[in-house]
Amino acid sequence: MNHMPRLDTPRLNRRAFVIGSAALGSGLAVGLDLPAGGPTVARAADGSPEVDAWVVIRPDDTVVIRIARSEMGQGSLTGLAQLVAEELECDWSKVTTEYPTPGENVARKRVWGDFSTGGSRGIRASQDYVRKGGATARMMLIQAAANEWKVQPSECTAANSVITHTPSGRTTTFGKVAEAAAKLSPPTEVKLKDPKDWKLIGKGVKRLDTADKTTGKMIYSIDVKLPGMLNAAIKQCPVFGGTLKSYDQAKIANMKGVKKVVKVGDNAIAVVADTWWHAKTALDALPIVWDEGPNAKVSSASIAKWLDEGFDPSQPVYVGNENGDVKSALASAAKKVEAVYTYPYQNHATMEPLNATALYTPDKCEVWCGTQNGEAAFAAAVEVSGLPASKCDVYKQMLGGGFGRKGNTDYVRQAVAIAKEMPGTPIKLLWSREEDMQHGAYHPVTHCKLTAGFDANNNLTALHMRISGQSILFSLRPAALVNGKDPVTFQGLNASGEAAFGYSVPNLLIEHSMRNPPVPPGFWRGVNVNHNAIYVECFMDELAHAVNQDPLEFRRKLMANNPKHLAVLNAVAEKIGWGKPAPQGIYRGLAHFMGFGSYVAGAAEISVVDGNKIKIHRIVGATDPGFAVNPAQIDRQVAGSFVYGLSGLFYGGCTVKDGRIEQANFDTYNSMRIAEMPKVESVIMPSGSGTWGGVGEPTICVAAPAVLNAYFAATGKRIRSVPLRDQNITFA
Amino acid sequence: MANLTINGKTFNVDVEPDTPLLWVIRENVGLTGTKYGCGIAQCGACTVHIDGVAMRSCGVTVSDAVGKQITTIEGLAGNGALHKVQQAWIDNDVPQCGYCQSGMIMAVAALLKEKPKPTDQDINEAITNICRCGTFQQVREAIHAVANA
Repeated sequence: MNHMPRLDTPRLNRRAFVIGSAALGSGLAVGLDLPAGGPTVARAADGSPEVDAWVVIRPDDTVVIRIARSEMGQGSLTGLAQLVAEELECDWSKVTTEYPTPGENVARKRVWGDFSTGGSRGIRASQDYVRKGGATARMMLIQAAANEWKVQPSECTAANSVITHTPSGRTTTFGKVAEAAAKLSPPTEVKLKDPKDWKLIGKGVKRLDTADKTTGKMIYSIDVKLPGMLNAAIKQCPVFGGTLKSYDQAKIANMKGVKKVVKVGDNAIAVVADTWWHAKTALDALPIVWDEGPNAKVSSASIAKWLDEGFDPSQPVYVGNENGDVKSALASAAKKVEAVYTYPYQNHATMEPLNATALYTPDKCEVWCGTQNGEAAFAAAVEVSGLPASKCDVYKQMLGGGFGRKGNTDYVRQAVAIAKEMPGTPIKLLWSREEDMQHGAYHPVTHCKLTAGFDANNNLTALHMRISGQSILFSLRPAALVNGKDPVTFQGLNASGEAAFGYSVPNLLIEHSMRNPPVPPGFWRGVNVNHNAIYVECFMDELAHAVNQDPLEFRRKLMANNPKHLAVLNAVAEKIGWGKPAPQGIYRGLAHFMGFGSYVAGAAEISVVDGNKIKIHRIVGATDPGFAVNPAQIDRQVAGSFVYGLSGLFYGGCTVKDGRIEQANFDTYNSMRIAEMPKVESVIMPSGSGTWGGVGEPTICVAAPAVLNAYFAATGKRIRSVPLRDQNITFA
Repeated sequence: MANLTINGKTFNVDVEPDTPLLWVIRENVGLTGTKYGCGIAQCGACTVHIDGVAMRSCGVTVSDAVGKQITTIEGLAGNGALHKVQQAWIDNDVPQCGYCQSGMIMAVAALLKEKPKPTDQDINEAITNICRCGTFQQVREAIHAVANA
C-alpha cells in the first residue's frame, strides 16, 4: 500500500491531496476556496485525477483506492478495496491503496465517512458507501468514454479496467478517460450489483500489504523518521489516579543525549533525548516522587470483594434482557443450579508498543501515528495543540497490532504535549513495554452469578444471570450510557439485534450491577463477549450435566427460535465429530455465541495430563457473518482470534496490587507460541441474508468456553475463573 | 565507538558499550525492520542473525556484537532476490499486522539453514516468537512449503 505522506519526504508531501482547478492548473490545498468557473478536478499528490473520493486512476491504469479505516493486521484494507473494485470493474492486479488523512476528511465535509476502526465495523459499516463509491466512479468513466465516442453510455460496459462500446466493439481504458471522467458531475442514482453477480467479493484474494512486511520495509509508527527528530520516553504514575509530585532533573541533566525533561499532564514525566535508548536510560535514572492518590491500596482482592457484593439482591442493577418472571419460577423450581464465574483484566499487548510522533510549531501541528481512530487522534491533536483544525493533521501509519487499544488517544495527546514544549522539533514518544503493560485500557473485570431452575421433567424454566463489574462506556464514552445503563455490557445477551442471546428460556433475567474500579477499561478484541460467552456457555454445559443430558442436545432444545445461532453450533458439532466416539484420551467441548452481527461457534478436542496440563488437539471455529468478502482473510481472523482469546484464557489476566498492575512484560503476561496452537479448522458459512457481520472479533469468545467445557469432560472439574495460569493449569 | 558489520557493511557507531544491539541497529544505523517488542528477549521481534545464529538483539550488547557478522531482515535477501522464506511468506499470505514477522522470518531462516526439512516438533522447539495476531498456522504452512519446495 502507499503511505500518505511518504515518510522520507514529509515536508514535500505531507499534504497527500491537492485539489486543482483545471483552468488554473495549479494545486491548491484542500479546504481553500475553489476559484469560480470551470470544472474542478480533485487530484492526488502525483497529479492523477480523482474520479470520485474513493478512486484515483493514473494514466498507466493504476487504480488507487482510498481506504478510510485503519489496517492493523485484520485485513480490512484489502477487503474494502475488493468492495470498491467489485463495483468499479477494474483490473485487480492494478489496484493499490492509500489513506486519506483525517484533516482532509474534515476539510472535505467527511467525504470518506467514519475513520474509526473497532467493533469489527471496518467492512460492515462502510460496505454500502464504498461500493457506491466504486460504482459511481465506474459510471463516470463509462460516461466519459461514451462522450468521447458520442454514443449512449447504456451501450458501453466496463470490465477489467477496459470500457467497451458493445455495438462497435471499440475499447478504451480507465486510464485514458479518467481525466475527462473526473470533470463530470457524479450520477445521482447508483445501483449496486446483485450479490449473485459478484466476481471479486467472496474471493479469497491475497492481502495487498504483504510484500513490505517480509522485507522490513513496512513503516510502522515506531519507524517514523523526521529531520531533526528527538525521542521521548515516558513514565506515568504507576498507581491509577495518582499524580506526579516531584522529580530531580539535575540528577540526569548531564547524562548522554538528554535534551529536556518534560512534565506531561499531572501524572507523567518524559525525558527527551537524541535516541530513545538514551531517553529511557535517563528516565530510569531520574528520581521521581509520585503522589499515589486515593487508590494506593486497591488490590485484586479488594476489587473482587466489591464485585461480589454486587450479587446481593439489595444492590441496584440495570436490566439487559428479561422475559417471564424469574423470581417466582426459581422459587417453584424442582431443581436449582447456581455458579459464580469471574473474568480478569487483560492487556492488549500489541506487538508494537504505543507510540506517536508529533511536530508542533505555533502555526501547525502534525502527528504521525498508528491509530484505530484517525479522527479521534486528529481531535486530540487539535485539542492539545490549541491550534485550529485547519492547521492540524494526522498521518496514519501501519499499526503493529491494535485489538482495540489504539482507538484511545492517550499516547497521541502525550506526544503533542511534549512536542508543544519543543516547537519546531519533531518528537517521537515511545512507551516501553513495561509502560504499555501497566497503563493499558484493560479488558474490564466482571464476576457473574448464574442461577437456573428446572421443572420436574428437567426442562429449563428459569435463568437468572447477574453480572457485577466494570463498564467500558462509563469510562470511555459516558455519553453512550442509556439512563446510566451500559448497553454494551449485554453483548451476546440481548433479546435481539447484532449481539442477541441464542436461547429461549421461559423466565429470563439478565442484569448488571455496575461497579467501576479505578483501573481504566477499554475495548479489548471481542469486548464483552469474551466473558459473557464463558459465563453462558460454560454454565449451559453445567446445566446439561446437571440433568444428565448431552450438552449439544440440551442446547438444541433451547435454540429452536434462533436458527442462525443453531446453524453455526451444528456446523462445529459436525466438524468436530460430536456424537461419534473420540480417540482414546481425547475429550470435547463446544460453545456458540453472537456478537458484532455474526453468529459464531467453536468446538475443541483436548487431552489433559496430570490434571493440569492441557493439549489442544483440534479446534474448530464457525462463523456466519452474513457476507464473506474475503474467506481467506476471514479464515485468518478466526484463527488469530482463537490465539488471542486462548492466550487470555491460559496466560492472560492482569492483577492489581497497591493500586497498580503487577504484570510488566511478556515474562509475566505471556502469549501463546506456535507449539501450543493447533491448526484452527474454520467453517465460513455466510447466510447472505442481507445483514453484514464483523469477522475480526466475534469468534474470539467461543474458543475459551469450548476448551473449558472439554476440560470438564476430561477431568470432571469445572473451571469458573480465568486465567488458568493462576490455577496452575498450563499447556502440556 | 564500536565497529559493527551489518549486512556486509561496516558501521562506526558512537554508543555506550552496554547499549542493546537492537537500539543501535534501529537508531544509530537506522535499519528499522528489526522491531522492539519487549526488551527482555521474550518475544523475538528483534531477532537478527549473529554469525548465522538467530539471536534476540535486545539482549545482546553492542560490545558483544563487535567483530561478528550481523544480518538483519534488510540483509536477508541477496543479489536482489528475496530469500526463500520471504518468498514463502508472500506466497502463503502469512503476515497480518506484520510487526513480529521480521523476527519470525529471521528465526525461520536460521532454523531452515540448520534443518532444511524440519518436523512440526522442530518448528515447535525452534520458533518461539510471539505473534499477537496469531499467524502461527500460516507460519507453519509456509515453513513446510519452503522445506518441500
